[in-house]
Amino acid sequence: MKIGTVIGTVVATLKHEGFVGRKLLLVLPEDPYGKKTESPVIAVDTVCAGTGDKILFIDEGNSARQVLDWTDGCVRAVIVGFIDSVDLYKNPKSQGSKSQIPNPK
Amino acid sequence: MKVGRVIGTVVASKKVESLTGVKLLLVQPLDEEGKPSGEPVVACDSQQSGPGETVFYIGGREASLPLPEPFNPADATITGIIDTIAIGVK
Amino acid sequence: MQLGMVVGTVVSTRKSENLQGLKLLIVQQLTHTYKPLANYVIAVDVVQAGTGDVVLYSEGSSCRQTAPTDKRPVDGVVMAVVDTWEVGGKEIYNKSKTDSAPL
Repeated sequence: MKIGTVIGTVVATLKHEGFVGRKLLLVLPEDPYGKKTESPVIAVDTVCAGTGDKILFIDEGNSARQVLDWTDGCVRAVIVGFIDSVDLYKNPKSQGSKSQIPNPK
Repeated sequence: MKVGRVIGTVVASKKVESLTGVKLLLVQPLDEEGKPSGEPVVACDSQQSGPGETVFYIGGREASLPLPEPFNPADATITGIIDTIAIGVK
Repeated sequence: MQLGMVVGTVVSTRKSENLQGLKLLIVQQLTHTYKPLANYVIAVDVVQAGTGDVVLYSEGSSCRQTAPTDKRPVDGVVMAVVDTWEVGGKEIYNKSKTDSAPL
């Protein structure tokens, strides 16, 4: 699972029939420090997340199909939870911005 | 799934049988600002999309599933045409 | 999938039994503007492509989903020989007209 922030919503009329009725959100994958790690992915929402929420998502097909109960679903990324906080062991040797753990909320 | 823009088409007559009749499009992946990010990929089309359209596409093993013959080696398939993307704080 | 050019073949005598009978090609990735990239993959040929052909190849677990590569340890497959491609209405490559190598 990966950490990400919901940065927007995606609306599509013409889409694979399996996506009808599913909410699509644009998620920016992040490292535990809140830094962007890759370009955004579109994920199916299962927890009623919204823009600005820090969330937990799966980027792997088999798990995604199980979560959505969608056999042979052409889906890969699914939002499965909200992140309240991330606690990291602070390495006393590391200095600077990397040791600063931002509070998600 | 990722956001991309269809920038061109690819024609191949000699291809694996399972992809017969499937349209191949060149898709440029986009970042959150709508700017190109990374190399374009060739994606199969399952939604009658065309050049210039903003689409979302699926990569990896799951890309085989939306196509007429699911036992195919596709690793990128367009699954929808995007109408709008709203970015920003609620 | 990516566009690539077949630049060579790989011959291996001692290999996994599951790979017996498969033709291995060296494919160099091309950009959509017909320029070579410093990225090579070894891909299994299922469409009788040859050296110099511009092809479409796929990577990852999807590659096992062709009859010759089913349930075999394969992560790259040449799935089509490209005839033409165009970007923004402009033809970039045409098999019968383009005779120069990608630069």
